[in-house]
Amino acid sequence: MKNGVRVYVTVVVAMVFGIVLAGKSFANDAAKVDASAEAVQSVTVTLKNHVFEPSAIEVPADKKIALVVTNSDATPEEFESHDLHREKVIAAGATATINVGRLKPGIYKFAGEYNEKTAHGTITVK
Amino acid sequence: MLGIAVIVFREVLEAALIVSVILAATRGVHNRLAMIGGGVAAGCIGSWIVAFFTAQLSNAFAGNGQELLHAGIMFTVVGLLAWHVIWMQSHGREMVHEMKDIGAAVVAGKKPLLALAIVVALAVLREGSEVVLFVQGMMASGAQQDVAVGFVLGLFTGVLIGAFLYAGFVKLSLKHLFSTTNIVLILIAAGMAARGSDKLIQAGFIPSLYDRVWDSSALLPETSVPGQLLSALVGYIAQPNAMQLVFYGVTVTCISALLYMQKKPAVVKV
Repeated sequence: MKNGVRVYVTVVVAMVFGIVLAGKSFANDAAKVDASAEAVQSVTVTLKNHVFEPSAIEVPADKKIALVVTNSDATPEEFESHDLHREKVIAAGATATINVGRLKPGIYKFAGEYNEKTAHGTITVK
Repeated sequence: MLGIAVIVFREVLEAALIVSVILAATRGVHNRLAMIGGGVAAGCIGSWIVAFFTAQLSNAFAGNGQELLHAGIMFTVVGLLAWHVIWMQSHGREMVHEMKDIGAAVVAGKKPLLALAIVVALAVLREGSEVVLFVQGMMASGAQQDVAVGFVLGLFTGVLIGAFLYAGFVKLSLKHLFSTTNIVLILIAAGMAARGSDKLIQAGFIPSLYDRVWDSSALLPETSVPGQLLSALVGYIAQPNAMQLVFYGVTVTCISALLYMQKKPAVVKV
């Protein structure tokens, strides 16, 4: 029984250690964000008649990217990208910012979940 | 029509899975149907309210209102599930005992039942508000009958899978039922915490630490039905980042550590 307790304490201590480490790198990261607040590159995308414009986006690799999506349709849309792990509902006429962070080179698909047939596009990271 | 059904199905499925696990976990508890039914109803009403205020919510907190709302809901669910699981640990045994005496009303189940009703309401709320928005948009762009048929079809299939899961759980004996549903509830909580942390990352509040620790999206995509089942039940993520893994691990560890302390009160007293 004592052994079990020891294992448990070890695991908990390890987890706490992990959190502290995570928190530290978070603090570092936060400092970086502050220092390079302007380094976030915004890409503007407009949704009209359930079509994204532009639908083919190119961005540089390893730069913080934020998508600024405006929905100019009369119906809400859910911006969704499994490749980017992002989903966000954008009300009719509203603009939403989606932080996608730094991306590795590749092609990332995105779509409007409510109108998938017409509303889709790609982000090419070079 | 089929497209509508698929989207409604995807949204309904997660809520239906959580409801079925909770129904199984509370089997034999007095008043559970009223409480959980009330939770579902409250979630449906809440969905309409949230859908109505989506534009305002999105613009709140410098455009991050939606992410923060979702993260808030998810972490509340984590807390409530943890509380329930720990409570069950100390009272579950008496409950099983009482239930064996046929007809003994389990009054003791009331408090955590409220917590679970809130969990149900929040799960329905989160998925429901998206269904409401989607259906409203579809209704606005015509073909109303198709929308209605698709909606009912999606809702029905989602609930049906939840019912199958419930039937599977119910087959377990009472003793195993509690330990199994407890494990599932802990994993649901951990998965919620992981996805809640992703919302905070999306809002730019915390870093992801390291992106794509692994990528099993080709093997088992999260969008497939088995992927979605696993995602709702054990928090499966096809491309997790390091922060999500930390949240998952911390949640599992904390809840099981608390459970362990409950199990061995003698150790705690020392």
